[in-house]
Amino acid sequence: MTGTAQIVVVGGGMVAHRFVEALRARDADGRYAVTVLAEEPRAPYDRVALTSYFTGRDPEDLALGDPELWADPLVRLERDAKVVEIDREAHTVTDVHGVTYPYDHLVMATGSYAWTPPTEGADLPGVFVYRTIDDVAALRIYVEQRRKDLGRPVRGAVIGGGLLGLEAAGALQELGAHSTVIQFTDRLMNLQVDEGGGQALTRLIEKLGVSVKCNTATQAIKPDKTGRVGRLTFADKGEQLADVVVFATGVRPRDELGREAGLPIGERGGIVVDDTCLTEDPHVSAIGEVACIQGACIGLIAPGNTMAEIAVDRLLGGTSTFPGADTAAKLKLLGVDVASFGDAFATTPGALELTYADPVAGVYKKLVVTDDARTLLGGILVGDASAYASLRPLVGSELGGDPAGWLLPEGAIERPNVELPDEANICSCNNVSAGAIRGAVNEDGCTDLAGVKACTKAGTSCGSCLPLVKKLVGAELEKSGIEVSNAMCEHFEFSRAQLFDAIRVSELRTFSEIIERFGTGRGCDLCKPAVGSILASLYNEHVLAADRAALQDTNDRVMANMQKDGTYSVVPRVPGGEIKPEHLILIGEIAKEFDLYTKITGGQRIDMFGARLDQLPSIWTRLVDAGMESGHAYGKSLRTVKSCVGSDWCRYGVQDSVGMAIALEMRYRGLRSPHKIKLGVSGCARECAEARGKDVGVIATDKGWNVYVGGNGGFTPKHAQLLVEDVDDATVFQVIDRYLMFYIRTADRLQRTAPWQEEYEGGLDAIREVVIGDSLGICADLDAHMARHVDTYEDEWKAVLNDPKRLAQFTSFVNAPDEADPSLAYVEQRGQRRPATPAERAGGAVLIAPATLEVRS
Amino acid sequence: MSAPVRPRDAEANLTEASSPTQASAPSQASAPTAMVRICGFEDLVPELGVAALVSGTQIAVFRLTDGSVHAVQNLCPFSGASVLSRGITGSRGDEPTIASPIYKQVFSLVTGECLVTMDKEPMPGASPHLRVYRVLVDGPGVWVDPTDLP
Repeated sequence: MTGTAQIVVVGGGMVAHRFVEALRARDADGRYAVTVLAEEPRAPYDRVALTSYFTGRDPEDLALGDPELWADPLVRLERDAKVVEIDREAHTVTDVHGVTYPYDHLVMATGSYAWTPPTEGADLPGVFVYRTIDDVAALRIYVEQRRKDLGRPVRGAVIGGGLLGLEAAGALQELGAHSTVIQFTDRLMNLQVDEGGGQALTRLIEKLGVSVKCNTATQAIKPDKTGRVGRLTFADKGEQLADVVVFATGVRPRDELGREAGLPIGERGGIVVDDTCLTEDPHVSAIGEVACIQGACIGLIAPGNTMAEIAVDRLLGGTSTFPGADTAAKLKLLGVDVASFGDAFATTPGALELTYADPVAGVYKKLVVTDDARTLLGGILVGDASAYASLRPLVGSELGGDPAGWLLPEGAIERPNVELPDEANICSCNNVSAGAIRGAVNEDGCTDLAGVKACTKAGTSCGSCLPLVKKLVGAELEKSGIEVSNAMCEHFEFSRAQLFDAIRVSELRTFSEIIERFGTGRGCDLCKPAVGSILASLYNEHVLAADRAALQDTNDRVMANMQKDGTYSVVPRVPGGEIKPEHLILIGEIAKEFDLYTKITGGQRIDMFGARLDQLPSIWTRLVDAGMESGHAYGKSLRTVKSCVGSDWCRYGVQDSVGMAIALEMRYRGLRSPHKIKLGVSGCARECAEARGKDVGVIATDKGWNVYVGGNGGFTPKHAQLLVEDVDDATVFQVIDRYLMFYIRTADRLQRTAPWQEEYEGGLDAIREVVIGDSLGICADLDAHMARHVDTYEDEWKAVLNDPKRLAQFTSFVNAPDEADPSLAYVEQRGQRRPATPAERAGGAVLIAPATLEVRS
Repeated sequence: MSAPVRPRDAEANLTEASSPTQASAPSQASAPTAMVRICGFEDLVPELGVAALVSGTQIAVFRLTDGSVHAVQNLCPFSGASVLSRGITGSRGDEPTIASPIYKQVFSLVTGECLVTMDKEPMPGASPHLRVYRVLVDGPGVWVDPTDLP
């Protein structure tokens, strides 16, 4: 092949995204340029997470992968470009606007559409399907409008009790509507679970306020007197009132383009492809839900991704073939765990079923094993799917021990410790085997979870396999003799969490005692600040108390932020971003008097730059005298609580976000932690405070507050995840108290909440169990610890100003306290000063040099 | 990280000054240049550095827990800011160290050698290693010799 060949992908869904991502990752020589023609007016998004659009409300939450992919010069994305015609002779496709695109190779990735059974009234206003962002947005607008018009909660009905139906029911609940799921067959999710599982699932779902009607065939949708959806009538003559109806009755492949182009179509639809994803035409492939592969279309993302990878591999000369679909699935529907994997219905001849059901706890588990009860074939888990990550990869392997260990509640009897075979598929989203993970450790030299994730892509999609990946990596490192060291530095063999416990239990309070008891040597710039932070978290004494000044990084030692030239910036606290005019004026006056550069920070306060060490006490005196205090902008501690203006002024605010932000900031101010902590409070779902980008985000609802945790800006941005919803003020404080304290006790050094939460065994669900379900029995202790912090808070600046011994450390030179650092040099820029660059110093362009010290009063 | 280079002769010149028990009065010092008294020994808080200005040169002085006193240049070669007195003292193996507060490079307090570069280059034209100054403790006073060591 000469030059660059042109690939055209018809369809802009998740599988199209995976195809482009894989192609650009592997086609290093740029053999192919690729054009994606998407029908929707947006880039590919995570359709599986569609329901989270109701809680997150931000379409960007659903973005897939790195957006840079679309900026690649060899990638072209055309949105709103539905293809209407394929000319296989001319090798071109034409879109709805009449634009023609030539191709060397065509990839059909048109996916599915939501199928609706022919039903009377299916065209009434108020009837929806559940497939795209636009479907979901339209549903939301309709429900919100109907609630206003009707002046009561909206009654919703979902036709179809499969996976998508339960998702839709969850979405309706989320919108404050009542929902009833109407299922044609005898149980919910009949494709994934058996009768016992279906019963357990129904009980769990009903407990959440969703009604379930099985064995019910919908006959017609009848209008109310306004002509909108009013009620459903059933084949058994029953009726059900409904203001909104969602069809979730399955999907069908969008194969019409293939049909028109004369490509062979499967018996039940779909463009027929072979195991290499090629159609009968060697210039046309089909991948994802539209492909009829091994005789069927598969409506799951994992096999779709596998097909995308195979198509890419083949285009690049590879030899991979489709291994058959892994239809295993683990879902969390309305907060209920459901998992099904392998031969879940025991269709293998001679297969045995072992079941465990606890109707009180709402748990149903079934393992399907071979006739000798040794080899796992499949299983169903409802209500507690914690064993899924360990069990699914074991399908086809010996269970090694009493299978009951997997069925009974964790801890009842010991689970057999089995070595997973290399071919066991660990990450089904990205098709990564245990062998590949072991290879990443043994051959590619990865030594931690992050490295293995980057190297193999395991756990980078849904993340459900992460605990297992972590375990495998740990086991492999241990085997190869590499000690899995979580030592903080050469002086302490402990991780930060272990050291925290050791210091707490031993009640030692000085670094010298601590390093003597638990470490070696004199310490260093890693362990000293960590110990200083632990002592501060535990006892909330002044950062400069006893021998602690020498433990602190310069920022904590002088309670200001060191800048590149060795001067400091000063940030007084502005709780919740609310500031009185006289404080604004004072900050202005101080900045003018000391010639400080001023800038508004990202945390809704004001930073004054260029203060010398020896100037800090005079600046603090001015601030403290006027009632301001340290903003801890320098500490690994609470920084700010950002807020929007809230219900006091805003036309849309539903709660007092400023009042809540101030209360939170005053509560957690000065709290020392493994890394900085930022909070945000928004007064309504518009989320102007960007609270979900914070470690803790509090967002107002009609009924109270939702609390989100583990958000992060910085290097790897993360949106915070929902911890609790619709709680009152007191509960907001309580859950945040516990969450933060638990984080402080168990996180690694410099580990922010997002990675801590992700890597904590069991993830956010397990953390929720600790801080709300009190699964470790430590909530009272966490509460007491935080109460002690709140009670003993003092302003660090004020404390230093009252202590002549500590004040003495704020001098320029021990032998010349009246001399300013002569090496400082500045130039003027936009009416303020900034440090001179080395070139400016050399070129004599320096305009402002420091004067001698003004005498402190 | 490339293997750090030891500054020539630095060790030889420091052995006599590194411990207060060996300290003698400035007048008995072997160096011909004037030692300058910068502060009292008790003015120094263990493990907390101070800066001194001696004949226009900024020197960072550290008293460690074992009672030894060390002096190195205050100028951080990697940032160009005079800040090393405000770094964190510690040890790497048996070597007492100081870490720069700006980009966290670690230097030996005995030889001035840069032990950890944090994958950064020093400022153009600057050596990654620190100048080390002779210190004498004559009981109550701390004296520093600002002359460049050969």
